Amino acid sequence: MTEAYIYDAVRSPRGKGRSDGSLHEITALDLASQVLASVNDRNELDGHEVEDIAYGCVSPVGEQGAVISRMAALKAGYADTTSAIQVNRFCGSGLEAVNIAAGKVKSGEADLAVGGGVESMSRIPMGSDGLGGMADPTLVFQEYFVPQGISADLIATKYGYSRDDVDAYAVESQKRAGKSWEEKRFEKSILPIKDVIGETVLDHDELMRPETDMQSLGSLNPAFQMMGEQMPGFNDVAILKHPDVEKMNHVHHAGNSSGIVDGAAAVLIGNEEAGTKYGLKPRARIVSMASIGSEPTIMLTGPEFAAQKALKRAGMEASDIDVWELNEAFAAVVLRFMEAMNVDHSDINVNGGAIAMGHPLGATGAMILGTVLDELERSNKQTALSTLCIGGGMGIATIIERVN
Amino acid sequence: MTYETLTVDIDSDGIALVTIDLPGQSMNVWNEGLMADFPKFVDELIANDDIKGAVITSGKKSGFLAGADLNMLGSSKAETMKEAFEQAWGLNAILRKMETGGNSAKDLLKGKAHAKPVACAINGLALGGGLELALACHYRVCADHPKLQLGLPEVQVGLLPGGGGTQRLPRLAGLQAAGMAIMMGQPMNPQAALAQKIVDEVAPAEDVVAKAKEWVKANPKASAPWDKKGWKFPGGAGSMDPRAVPLYLGSSAMALKQSKGNYEAVKAILSCLYEGSMLPIDTALKVESKYFTKLLSGPQAKNMIRTLFVNKQAADKGAMRPEGVPPTELKTVGVLGAGLMGSGITHVTAKGGMNVIVLDRNMEEAQKAIDYSQKIVDKGVKRGKMTQEKADAFMARITPTDNYDDLKNVDLIIEAVFERPDVKADVIKKTEAVIGKDVVFASNTSTLPITGLAKNSERPDQFIGMHFFSPVEKMPLLEIIPGAETGDKALAVALDYNAKIRKTPIVVKDVRGFYTNRVFPPYANEATMMVAEGVNPALIENAAISMGMPIGPLAIVDETTLQLGYDIMTSTKEEMGDAYVPSGTEDLMELMVKKIDRRGRRFGGGFYEYADDGSKKLWPGLKEHFPLAEDQPTVEEVKQRLMYIQLIATAQCFDEGVVSDPQSADLGAIFGWGFAPWTGGPMSHIDTIGVDNFVRTADMLAQKYGERFKPPMSFREKADAGESFYKAA
Repeated sequence: MTEAYIYDAVRSPRGKGRSDGSLHEITALDLASQVLASVNDRNELDGHEVEDIAYGCVSPVGEQGAVISRMAALKAGYADTTSAIQVNRFCGSGLEAVNIAAGKVKSGEADLAVGGGVESMSRIPMGSDGLGGMADPTLVFQEYFVPQGISADLIATKYGYSRDDVDAYAVESQKRAGKSWEEKRFEKSILPIKDVIGETVLDHDELMRPETDMQSLGSLNPAFQMMGEQMPGFNDVAILKHPDVEKMNHVHHAGNSSGIVDGAAAVLIGNEEAGTKYGLKPRARIVSMASIGSEPTIMLTGPEFAAQKALKRAGMEASDIDVWELNEAFAAVVLRFMEAMNVDHSDINVNGGAIAMGHPLGATGAMILGTVLDELERSNKQTALSTLCIGGGMGIATIIERVN
Repeated sequence: MTYETLTVDIDSDGIALVTIDLPGQSMNVWNEGLMADFPKFVDELIANDDIKGAVITSGKKSGFLAGADLNMLGSSKAETMKEAFEQAWGLNAILRKMETGGNSAKDLLKGKAHAKPVACAINGLALGGGLELALACHYRVCADHPKLQLGLPEVQVGLLPGGGGTQRLPRLAGLQAAGMAIMMGQPMNPQAALAQKIVDEVAPAEDVVAKAKEWVKANPKASAPWDKKGWKFPGGAGSMDPRAVPLYLGSSAMALKQSKGNYEAVKAILSCLYEGSMLPIDTALKVESKYFTKLLSGPQAKNMIRTLFVNKQAADKGAMRPEGVPPTELKTVGVLGAGLMGSGITHVTAKGGMNVIVLDRNMEEAQKAIDYSQKIVDKGVKRGKMTQEKADAFMARITPTDNYDDLKNVDLIIEAVFERPDVKADVIKKTEAVIGKDVVFASNTSTLPITGLAKNSERPDQFIGMHFFSPVEKMPLLEIIPGAETGDKALAVALDYNAKIRKTPIVVKDVRGFYTNRVFPPYANEATMMVAEGVNPALIENAAISMGMPIGPLAIVDETTLQLGYDIMTSTKEEMGDAYVPSGTEDLMELMVKKIDRRGRRFGGGFYEYADDGSKKLWPGLKEHFPLAEDQPTVEEVKQRLMYIQLIATAQCFDEGVVSDPQSADLGAIFGWGFAPWTGGPMSHIDTIGVDNFVRTADMLAQKYGERFKPPMSFREKADAGESFYKAA
């Protein structure tokens, strides 16, 4: 099969996903379009070379509706001939879009494609699509759905992660993110976002609090205790599916969960010929890709299974991976993954993650793939695996390998 | 036009007063007669130009209309789901026709057509199909009686309100309020209904018809709010509405929390609310009828209707009362013993309107019964449930004493002294010396055989057992136990007394433990045994709760105390000698009670440890003494064990005639030890599983876990004959 190479990866900085966030005035269309335009600019492409654009978006309604990738491609000056698709695999959307782009290249459908994603959470809040079938009683009664925060607390309860464990993880994430920005480790990929008059409105991830310590986190109340224990009582629902649990331990809060932010990202992927034709230098090869479904009530344990599947398909062992990147949806998700996969904390999320910098749902998967590629190059390592936990009980993973 | 079940009087304004009055029935219900008459009336209303509008009311003092005749629902002859749907659609179709005047929703919406106005004069309780009839009227006036009940209680018998209730109520009151009312099935009073816009007007009872007529006269052209242009669902609805989505999510979670997913009706109601709130009313009503059809054709509604409604009502009304014994007038009851049970019995007796003379060995002890009731009554007054006047009258009915002579004029004795044969023998003698020769003596006991106790009586034919459950004022069951020599009169008196205290009675055979205490201990033992086997205790408790038991078995053992279990075990061992069959929990009991002092809640802790704030958690030390097995069973396996141990014990009682009929076995299980109500009781559940399937599974469990799971021979025979315990509906 044709190899798919990563030629470039770019992302916006992440703005606070609130009305006082720096990216709040930037429409989702404009945010996506600035990032897409930069792919052409950075690689000196005209706009007709990219054949297809896959873009993740988790709340594709309102201004993010109606296949935002096509709209953004047009606005960004891509040729009329460039087609686009918007995909939704919840939090895995951005990486799914990259995998789709890679799949198109590998299958021979396209020579050059873009995978990425956008989510302006300040403008189109989470859940704006109404949550679909997750609100339908016929399915809720069959599957015992609970909100993600309850699932994260369920992971902590089942695997015995204390409040200190998850807080300590969060403190480290902030520390690593702060250090990475200080050392300009993200510089290669960050695209400052500009306003209508061409002024930069944001050039850094603005959610970070590198000064966070155990004490400051300790003052936060568990965020999901009320909805779990009292109204409407999701703990009982979770325990119906996990009857080995006597009592839920609520450990997650805003400080050890991913932040709500605005952001967009794009990854340029093509075959060897496209690189030669357009004078692009391949940075990494897509080694393998995997998506899985897992138990939907605990919901967020999918990365372990997705990673195993991706490794198996690549004929690799966990020990073959130099750097791991797992989206920090909740601290317990990463703690569980490290335990299950026997991954050392020093090899995973080495530049911090969504707890510090935020999780723009539809874009994150593409962002962390770019981050880990930058890290491979910076640290002169070879292989990386990026993975995310996904709503409804899914997981996605992509293994890349640098091309020297 | 003439009707069997209603009258139509057209006044000079052309307003038809429709008075529903079912002949020969104490209460109006949707029965076959009304189901036949009402469509004819709706046709007359539409076709007869002399009728300008209508007011619907009831001719019964007992209420407006109490719902559907559940016997009629249970006797559906439909062979296919589609036929069943056509039947279920019947009531919805008539009511919708009345609401639209036979016009299409489109024409109503455009203002091209109107219905003749129909108002409802609710002059008494309107439940289920009664309230649904009212909701389908264009205007509702309700009598201003604070105790008048309005509600949709169908969920309590495994059904949903299938006459538009799941659609019209939320369209009037909003999804949240309607959802609560329909899913809980609790009635509300007129003022609450007015506040939720479920009724339009509240008026004195004598004015409701006039007020309703007034409205009809003033509104010659009517249509329902949802048939008018610009109508919006109050409080929001639909899968994109940010107010409604959290409601859909939250109500499912709350319903799961409470029902554990066991009640088909709860699920169906949620779906009616969810799907129906996104549809135009005509389609929404059809969806409701489809979910109703599904419920009615499944086993759960049949089981629940049979046990929780039909059989419960029959039992409550004294179905087991011997014929030919004239009713006894019970004015004063003597209660012997003012301990926990005696005080509780005193309380429910006074509550039943009888005078109580409560006797104990000294006034100080006897006074405890007064304190017991005073506390409950005071709480009632504080919460506004009882007036001070009524509370005072209540307390005045209770007289404490330490003098047997005070008992000489009582109409019934209920003895509730310490559970020791010698103590009981003493009071029986002392009491019989003073009471009237024909006064029945009832002994409250949970363990002592009645025939044995009756030996102390001069009049064993008037001696009977009554097994009350604790706390007496809360527990709904009464086991009545005739001894070998007990006569019809004693049984009749016991049931007459029961009718006054309004419990559900079952009559059971005089064997050790009677019925409920024959079945419950094996269940508690099974859970205890699993702990000893190293099954995760949380899994045991959660499995029981998720199959519909009110609390986990280990928690109950803690409440009744391991000490008690140990004492019973020890005395049984002594009594039976070599014939004693070990239960398998002996070592655990020995350890918990004798060695590590985990004797139960009252003694500071047992399987659980208890915090001062009333919370509890499984005692962490349990895992040290009973390490968790590496291979844990699935929750389904644990549930099966805990379910079958109860089914088998019930089957044995039935086999031995401890309970003489499946009805009593089912009622006793649900109201005695909280057996999962969604099943309709263990015998209903065995029928639902299929007797052959039950026997097969029990044999499999016997092989896996031990002989205690072996089903009785008579059940094998039943299985072989392909029969069920209840006749197929």
